[in-house]
Order: sequence, then C-alpha cells, then structure tokens
Amino acid sequence: MLKNKTNLILILIILLAFFAVNLSFPDFYNKSADYINSKTGMKIPHFWQKPYKLGLDLQGGIYLVYEADLSGIDKTSASSVMGGLRDIIEKRINYYGIQEPIVQVQEGQGNPRLIVELAGVKDPAEAIKLIGQTPFLEFRKQKTEEETKKILEKRKEVEGKKPEEIEKIADWQMALQDPYFESTNLTGKYLAKSEIGFEQNTQKSMILLQFNDEGAKLFEELTAQNVGKQLAIYIDEVLISAPRVNEKIAGGRAQITGDFTVKEAQDLVKNLNAGSLPIPIKIISQQVVGPTLGAVSLEQSLKAGIYGFLAVVLFMILIYRLPGLLASLALVIYVALVLSLFKLIPVTLTLAGIGGFILSIGMAVDANILIFARMKEEIKQGKSLSLAIQEGFKRAWPSIRDSNFNSLIVCAILFLVATSFIKGFALTLGLGILMSMFSAIFITRILLLFFIRQRMEKFKWLL
Amino acid sequence: MNFNFTKYSIIYYIISGVLVLGAIAFIFAFGLKFGIEFTGGTIVEMEFLNQRPSNEEIQKALSEFNLGEIIIQPTADKGAILQFKGIDEETHQKIKTKLNDLSINEEKRFEFIGPSIGQELKSKTELAIVLALLAITLYIAFAFRKVSRPVSSWKYGIASLIALVHDILVPLGVFSLLGKFYNVEITIPIIAALLTILGFSVHDTIVIFDRIRENIIKKGTGLFEETVNLSLNQTIGRSISTVFTVLIVLLCLFFFGGQTLKYFALALIIGITCGAYSSIFIASPLLVNWLNWSKRRIKR
Repeated sequence: MLKNKTNLILILIILLAFFAVNLSFPDFYNKSADYINSKTGMKIPHFWQKPYKLGLDLQGGIYLVYEADLSGIDKTSASSVMGGLRDIIEKRINYYGIQEPIVQVQEGQGNPRLIVELAGVKDPAEAIKLIGQTPFLEFRKQKTEEETKKILEKRKEVEGKKPEEIEKIADWQMALQDPYFESTNLTGKYLAKSEIGFEQNTQKSMILLQFNDEGAKLFEELTAQNVGKQLAIYIDEVLISAPRVNEKIAGGRAQITGDFTVKEAQDLVKNLNAGSLPIPIKIISQQVVGPTLGAVSLEQSLKAGIYGFLAVVLFMILIYRLPGLLASLALVIYVALVLSLFKLIPVTLTLAGIGGFILSIGMAVDANILIFARMKEEIKQGKSLSLAIQEGFKRAWPSIRDSNFNSLIVCAILFLVATSFIKGFALTLGLGILMSMFSAIFITRILLLFFIRQRMEKFKWLL
Repeated sequence: MNFNFTKYSIIYYIISGVLVLGAIAFIFAFGLKFGIEFTGGTIVEMEFLNQRPSNEEIQKALSEFNLGEIIIQPTADKGAILQFKGIDEETHQKIKTKLNDLSINEEKRFEFIGPSIGQELKSKTELAIVLALLAITLYIAFAFRKVSRPVSSWKYGIASLIALVHDILVPLGVFSLLGKFYNVEITIPIIAALLTILGFSVHDTIVIFDRIRENIIKKGTGLFEETVNLSLNQTIGRSISTVFTVLIVLLCLFFFGGQTLKYFALALIIGITCGAYSSIFIASPLLVNWLNWSKRRIKR
C-alpha cells in the first residue's frame, strides 16, 4: 500500500543521506569510530576518505598559457605536432614530480595554445623555467665562403657605430646574422632517442643521437650534401659542437662530442629524451596564486556559506513552520549529496565554483517555497492534508521545471563558452540546480508524506 | 490581497526608464573598468612583512624597468596590488628582487595576461551574453506556446527579454560608477554573476507567467488584465520569499565572504533585486499594455 512504499523509500533516503553526510564530512564518523574502538576493542574501519579536489585559486598553483609557433609546419600535421608537444611537456613535468599536472592543447583562431595547470607548486619561478627548459635541438649547415665573407665585412662596417648611423648603412641587418651557419630543417622533432656514450680512446662523455626514419633520411641528405664541411649542432640557440662531415651517414645515428662532464652529458641526454620541443613556444598568459591567499578566501567564503545556510533554515521554519523544518532537513541532505557528488566525480572546486554552490543553496529552497505556497493555497481551499500535499507538488512542478531548465541553459552556455575558472562555477551551479530539483521534489515530498498523516489534521496550526 | 498592479504601470516604466537611462549615461561617461583578464597586463599582489613602503617609494624602485603607468593599490595594512603592462618572466624575477630589497614581502599572486587572450575573452563573453538572452527568449516562447491567446507566446518571450536587458544594464551602470570612483574592476566572476542574473531573473518571470498561463486555461482568455493582476497577487508572496532567501545567502557572502567574492555577491544582489522587480513590475504589465495597444490599433 502507499504507506509501505513510502516507508521503504524513506529508509532508502535515510541510507543515502547517511552515506552522503559521511562522505562529505568523514570526521564525525571517524572520531566516533575511534572512540568506540578504543573503548570496546572493536575494529570499526574509517569511512572512505576522499579529499576534495581543489582548484588553483584555492590551493595555490600556476596557470600558464603558451602560444605555439606553427610557421614551420604544414597544416595537416599541425594537430599531431601539438599532440606531441603536449606529451613532451607533460612528461617533463611528471619527471620532476609535480603532482597531477594538467596539460591541454587548445585550438582556436590563430595559433593553437598549450594550457598548463600546476596545482600546489611551491616555487612557480622554478616550474616555469623547467617547462621552458626543454631544449630546442637544431642542426645547421655551413654557409658558403662568400656569404660568410659578406656578413663578416658587414659586421666590420657596423662595428663601433651609433644606432642612427647604423640604420643608414644598406642591409645592416645582415650583420645580425650568424656568419657561419644557417638553419636546416633537421630539428629535435625527428629525434627518436638519445643516449650517453663514451669515446673509445679518451673515455670522454659524448651524446649519441638516434633519429627516426624521416630524420634518418634528412640526416643522410644533409651529410651527403655537406661532405667536407662542418655541420653545427645547436641546442637552444647555443652552439654545442660543429664536427666536420667525413662522409654521408645513413641509418640516422650521430654523435655529439665536446667537453662534457659526465653530469652535463647526463643532463643533456635527459633533456633531449624528455623531449626536444618540435616547435618554439612563448608564454602569453601566466597566473600564479600563492597558497595562503587561496586558503584565506576559502575559509571566509565557507563561513559565509554556513551563515547563509543557517539564516535560510531559520527563515523557512519561521514562515512555513513544520514543512519548513522538514524542508530544512531535506536541505541538509541536499548539501551533503551535492558535496558527495563533488567528491565522487570529482569536481574541481574553485572560489567561483563555491560561490555557485552557495548560490544554489538559495535556489534549492526556492523549489520548496513554490511547493509550500501551493500547499497553503490548497489547504485554504479546504482540501484534506494529504490531497493538499499531492496537489501542491503537482501544481508547482511546471514552474519549477521551466525556471530551473532556464537556469540550466545559462549554465550550459557558461560552461561551453568560458575558461576554466568560470567552467567550475557553471558546473557547480548546474549540479546544484539538478540536485535541488531532486531534493525538493523527491526528498521533501517523502518526508512530508511520512510525517503528515491523517491525525495531523488536528495540528493544522503547525502548518 | 488584491492590489491592482497593472493600473500604475506608467509609474513603474518611469522608474525603470530612469534607472536604465542613468545606467547607460554612467556607462557612456565613465566607461566600464575591466580587469586585466580582459585588457591584458600584469597584476602583482604582495604582502609586506614589516613596513609597507609608500606609493612613491615603490614607483621609484620600479622606475628602471620602464613599466609605463603603474597603478598601486594598498590593501589591508600591509598589502599592495600593483598593476602595469605585460612583462616576461625574467623581468618579473628582477622586479621581485628589487621590491624585496625595498622591503621584504611575500608575493601572493602574480598574473600576466597577453593582450590577445584578453581580447578573446571579451568577445567570448559578449557572445555568451547574447546567446543566453536568445536562448532564454526562445525557451519562453516555446514553453508558453499553449497559451497563445490573447497574447501570442513570442510576446511573452519579448517581454521577458526587455525585463532582462533592464536587469543587466542596471548592475553594469552601478559597476561603471564603482569602477570610476572606487577602482572596482569587472572581472570574470562578475561576468559570471551577470549571466547568473539572467537565469534567476527569468526564473521569477517564469513563475509569474506560469500562473498567468494556468489562470488563462482555467478562466478563459477574456479579461486579460484582471487575469494578470490575479496571477500577480497570487504569486507575490512566493516571489518575495524566494528573492529573500537568495538575498540572505548573498548578503552573508558579501559581508563575511572572501575579498574576491565580495563584488561577485554585490553584482548578484543588485541583479537579483532588479530581476524580481522587473518580473513583477515590468514583464507582466508589459503584456497587458501591449495587448491594449494592439487592440487600439485594430480599432482604428
């Protein structure tokens, strides 16, 4: 019968609420469990402790946006190059032990971007250096003798002159060029692996490079075209070594010898392996939030949220009396459910996101108010209690549905169009609204149906 | 209660008209002060350990870096927020050292936004607002399609749109004022607040329209003005309660919440109050006046 079904659902809700409350605030359960354990020697386990996922502005961290320079790459391989860039930077960050970095490619108009989010980083300057440090490996070939001569002469012309005079000299920019070497298209992009090696006779450290198939071909061509000339190896615009090419080299293996200490060679190999960047990148946006700032804001906002919550509960009880009390109970369950959802999904909580959640608490009450206002109307019209409750819910539903759907539409737009901080806001607000519909329609109703039976007709004043 | 809302609709229109014109005037005169997420530039927030140096001392210390205009805002007793044009990481570190030499401090926040990102954000935001307005208008027109008599459902949509535009302009006007005199910036959370206001304001409007719909279905399409008035009277209690609860939560956020959420809460408080007002005193009377106006046109 209806009563049994109601009882069953009520029990389900109580179980759900218990789970949700303890998932959100495991401290109560754990402390009680510890207490019981110490007194009775039982071994009640602790409740599942899953921490909240905090956004950058709450736990401190860095948010970087890099712009990639795709001018040397043709359009078709752009997305795979960006993918490769992303992987390399992520590997690099992981290598240095930063927890849970987020590295994402963002396509859009213009050059694609790389977004790096590092939470909980203590020294942001160090981290930024680290990311940018991935070396850009380049092979450069020797210029012809005449070109070299021309540039050297130009340099002599420009030497010691003031900027205004320099500008008057024709082709003065030539003096800025490297007189000896010019770029080829053999870059770190084609590097498959690098290893440390030791020279046979001197036991000095050297770097062994292995190119991938494409790179091997390029290397073969390059060496074939430059037999007898020098091939310069540059890492991050610094000349490392410029060995003379004796013969065409097939198979894509090369050696870099120089005055490396073992440590230098090891570092270089590590850097080269973690990834030579296939394309140059540039920081276009940088946000660093110190952890203390976040913690203070968080604490204050949570306090505000709790005050708000208590005020709303007080208001509900004053105006709507018994149903208000029940709705407040439903509200507590609602808060616990939403917080559990945040933990389970998990939803990254930013300050804006918490603001959205606190706001949704206000909205959650609204659905209840709509229902109660209806109920009061029905009772005034003389209907019996249980009928009034049912009618109240039925009549209020179209308003609740339409207005909440509207808010959800706005949330969806916010979510799609905005950046990460606002996305969090839209997500928490949206989840909050969905849960509030569930809580008002389902939980409040069951509570009402359970507590308000026929005999309560005598206690109408409570309503 | 049986208050005749629509009789005094002229007064409401005048009040709103004044508010909206005032807002537009402020916006034209003072402009909107956008945060660096939109304009691009650098923001550094620091807290000094001992004595906070004066603005002149800070300006002098930073003069060698050629930063152009530096805006310095002291906060609390030992903090300061500096704003200037974009710089690279190397310069950033040099500035840090220089300021530390001046007086030991802890850098709590550093943001650098390149101008292209700022521009992009601005256009994305404008797009979001336009889309939201459009989506809402269409949704209402759709949801109320069953009550196309005597007022066609797209008129419900337009009436709410007018109310919504009013709800956005007034908070923007207030922020334009705040920006000019108190240096309050429009940041991303504020924009989020504006979009939320759209959602909430429509919320109230829909509850009222829903009641009108129900009454039309019950009582027929005649005597539209009476129906609207009846609906308004029936829903006023609930409208006030709802707005009240949301305002309580927001006021708590405003007074007790962290600095960053303060203006977010303020924007919402202004917007939601406007939203409630516009739903009752603008959107609904508009329906009646529109109907009467088109009836008069037919008579001619």
